[in-house]
Amino acid sequence: MIKKVRSHLSQNETLLFERSSPGKRGYQLPELDVPVVDPADALGAENVRAEIRDFPEVSEVEAIRHFTRLSTWNYAIDHGMYPLGSCTMKYNPRVNELVARMEGLAWAHPYQPEVLAQGAMEIMARLETALAEITGMDAVTLQPAAGAHGELTGILLVRAFLERRGNPRKKILIPDSAHGTNPATAAIAGYAVENLRSSERGVLDVGTLENVVTEDVAALMVTNPNTLGVFEDNIIHVAEILHRKGALLYMDGANMNALVGIARPGDFGVDVMHLNLHKTFSTPHGGGGPGGGPVAVKKELEPFLPIPRLKRSGRKWTWNYRRKLSIGRVRAFYGNFGVLVRALAYILAHGGEGLRNATVDAVLNANYVRKRLEPYYDLPYKLPNMHEVVFSDDRQAARGVRTGDIAKRLIDYGFHPYTVSFPLIVRGAMMIEPTETESKLELDQFIDAMISIAEEVESDPELVKTAPHGTRISRVDEVTAARRPVLRWKPCCCDATAR
Amino acid sequence: MYPDNFRYTKEHEWVRVDADTGTVGITDHAQKELGDIVYVDLPKVGTRVEQGKSLGSVESVKAVSEIYSPVSGEVIEINQSLADAPEKLNLDPHGEAWLVKIRLSDAAQVKDLLTAADYQSYVGAE
Amino acid sequence: MLDVCGLENAEALFGHLPEAVRLKRPLALERGASEYEIIEYFRDRASENGAEYASFLGAGVYHHYRPVLVDTVVSRGEFLTAYTPYQAEISQGTLTTIFEFQTMICQLTGMDVANASMYDGSTAVPEAAMMAARITGKGGILAARSVHPEYRAVLATYARYEGLNIQEFGYSAESGQIDLEDLDRRLNELTAAVIIQSPNFFGIVEKVKAAADLAHRRGALLIVIFTEAVSLGILEPAAEADIIAGELQSFAIAPSYGGPYAGVIATKEKYVRQMPGRLVGETRDTHGNRAFCLTLSTREQHIRREKATSNICTNQALIALMANVFMTVYGKQGLRELALQNLSKARYLAGKLKPRFTGPFFNEFVALTNGRSPDAVNKALLRKKIIGGLPLGRFYPELSGSVLLCATEMNRREQMDSLAEAFQ
Repeated sequence: MIKKVRSHLSQNETLLFERSSPGKRGYQLPELDVPVVDPADALGAENVRAEIRDFPEVSEVEAIRHFTRLSTWNYAIDHGMYPLGSCTMKYNPRVNELVARMEGLAWAHPYQPEVLAQGAMEIMARLETALAEITGMDAVTLQPAAGAHGELTGILLVRAFLERRGNPRKKILIPDSAHGTNPATAAIAGYAVENLRSSERGVLDVGTLENVVTEDVAALMVTNPNTLGVFEDNIIHVAEILHRKGALLYMDGANMNALVGIARPGDFGVDVMHLNLHKTFSTPHGGGGPGGGPVAVKKELEPFLPIPRLKRSGRKWTWNYRRKLSIGRVRAFYGNFGVLVRALAYILAHGGEGLRNATVDAVLNANYVRKRLEPYYDLPYKLPNMHEVVFSDDRQAARGVRTGDIAKRLIDYGFHPYTVSFPLIVRGAMMIEPTETESKLELDQFIDAMISIAEEVESDPELVKTAPHGTRISRVDEVTAARRPVLRWKPCCCDATAR
Repeated sequence: MYPDNFRYTKEHEWVRVDADTGTVGITDHAQKELGDIVYVDLPKVGTRVEQGKSLGSVESVKAVSEIYSPVSGEVIEINQSLADAPEKLNLDPHGEAWLVKIRLSDAAQVKDLLTAADYQSYVGAE
Repeated sequence: MLDVCGLENAEALFGHLPEAVRLKRPLALERGASEYEIIEYFRDRASENGAEYASFLGAGVYHHYRPVLVDTVVSRGEFLTAYTPYQAEISQGTLTTIFEFQTMICQLTGMDVANASMYDGSTAVPEAAMMAARITGKGGILAARSVHPEYRAVLATYARYEGLNIQEFGYSAESGQIDLEDLDRRLNELTAAVIIQSPNFFGIVEKVKAAADLAHRRGALLIVIFTEAVSLGILEPAAEADIIAGELQSFAIAPSYGGPYAGVIATKEKYVRQMPGRLVGETRDTHGNRAFCLTLSTREQHIRREKATSNICTNQALIALMANVFMTVYGKQGLRELALQNLSKARYLAGKLKPRFTGPFFNEFVALTNGRSPDAVNKALLRKKIIGGLPLGRFYPELSGSVLLCATEMNRREQMDSLAEAFQ
């Protein structure tokens, strides 16, 4: 019984170019208060373009209808739960949107004289302090634009630190359960990747680690809790082995939503880590970005942080470029300031106690989901999980139904799918992270939907395998999209079967 | 299913030797595992390849698989038709959808490879 | 719920954690604030940032009017709080707008394909350089000094470990355009790409065709960067470029003290599989309806892991959507008119000052400060509530008696007259 959604008429809409026609306008510029310049005279005729071919021309009302109609074809957190594992799809507070748009913050130019940027710098300094406290680390850079960018920054810091000690070393150890950005990052930083097999318990195998960590190992990149949602209970021992052999421990902070206020990476041996502001700290995903990937380090790595660094000079903030050992810049200017504002607003709203409560709720929600779904779906790893839980589709696979199919059927029930087929160490993985945002009511709806689907797999597997049935469009042909890519609109090429 | 005059590798490639030329492809088992193939990345003519080392890759929507050369030598021809029609690899992996032709540098290497019968039991057992 | 989990209390959820890792005190953060207190805190900070000043700063970040429709659209929860569109059936809103974005970037730049955005213009540069290295199999990069200094700094950081050998070539002291002879001398068979910016950091339009000829003759690619997207409304796109990479901040993305912005890479069809970043493609669903989906994902990190074209995961979807709305509101005619206004404003201002270079400029130019120190001139301007140009000495010691000034459609004539007075 599908309770969360019902069919409804949604508007069709063409592409902008298909509703464009010459002469329509949605803009009005003020009259020029200076003499108009002839572009050919000013720039040279060869530098002046002809018109922008096929660029759209629509009226304001057509523009607003276009985007509004398109927006109704999306699912979003504002509609309901996203059980996506390791994405931490929590509520995006609207007060954050308001404060980020305040004129003094939104219009500040990065090259404004420092005397006119103290407000912005104060915000960044306060966020650095808060994140250092939350992570138990000594210093924070807010420069990286997103998680993967933070990872790269972190590994470059590792390299710079080891280089200064005399030998950057050659490889980075990465568990086979890691997110794809981890090995990709290691490669860009010039390191070879060695994959670590997880033990049957699902965590790092300390026994083999002693031999695997050689003088060639620069660092181990760990996610904690790992992508199974399980805390790496040997982490202190892991850190000790690495440090004893002169290597460093990097932590991917994607799963911090399980730790804030409960445990601090700096306290369990992590030397450098990144955070995802768009996960743990509620900044909106916006359909795929922007994000924010601050990096926190222990004091040994502080000298290498990207420039510039915020420095207190008397009673003012200033940007300090005089840092000889810095790895340099990882992007222009100072960071995704607009995202940083939102993250700080989130932290201020919760305070220390509120942040801890959020963690407790997040972990409770995930455990509740686990307990209620265990009778219906296989749980390959039995250790206690924290903020997320990973099931396997083994039981359903026996009926020819895989995790991807179940995920698509979940759409018919009014939910966004969980994370499909990740981590790779679980066959047919179904990774579920409810976050603290979801109430018992919403969780129960989700659980009921999953139970109902499990029953459908038994009684009518075809229904699940061909889902979704209730959406505007059914499953798309990804194969043709990849074989013969069409990556832009062209005039007279699309046939008339638009919606 | 698996032609007797081919030799096979454990990574699911095949090679058919004619004099000093080896024609190389991936097996039916491999294309089944990959699912719908969307793209094939082949080396340039003239590239030197080594037995056991990657000479290119095959892609489905969600996965990439390296192709490991069963023999060492020089690439003398590649199958251009796969650029426009990678789906051939799903339809006729042992025939029309051969990948490359290699001038063998050491014909004796073929002895290390599996026979059709060996390969059949290998994939039967997997 | 605790009963269902078989637990005594919520703390028991963490009982399995080793004692040694547990935080045994509350976090040292202030108690949670109310919505009003949060607004007050940020309002106070905002008031310390000179919002009421007129500004003539450009240098990679531009003050352009943001149509009201932009925030109206991006504030819709369906766009704001949606996830990456991996599940095509419930993400057609996001996917369609990205497809339109890719198309409009191609139309503006004259390239065949464009990605769904990179973090920003500065990180798009090393991504483009690495792309050129993959395509050519070579490792030499020649970057013009007239490319934004911070962009070059980012390129240097990435290049250090990617086996790229970066060298710089100069600009003409007279025209402010690239020194073609210097470029020619440094080009060799190991060069993967030449990187120039147009309009360049000094605001000057470059000799793109000449640079392309030199590069292509030696088997190198030409990468053309842009930081001022509005220039595309009137400037001939760099058709001879192999890769165009740039920053879209000018398209209704608030300056926001440095970010978030949206970069983009556009290129020729034959290079698409080497291009990093997300791509949206057109396809059909099982009933034959047109639909869009993420495609060519095998280039990306979640599949190829260490062999990926980049480690990038995020694109800047919401920011790119702002650019979409901007481009839609202005449209074909509006973008041209906007660019023309910018050109006219800057020419008016330059007419009252002493431009340093003779080359043709768009909405930025370098002005001499007539023997006075740029800092002194800017101090005088601040007293008039005007933020002056960027003193160039910090990036180009040879230009320490000059400032980089930008005039856009938002600078009024009286402001420009007032600024010019301070230079006398």
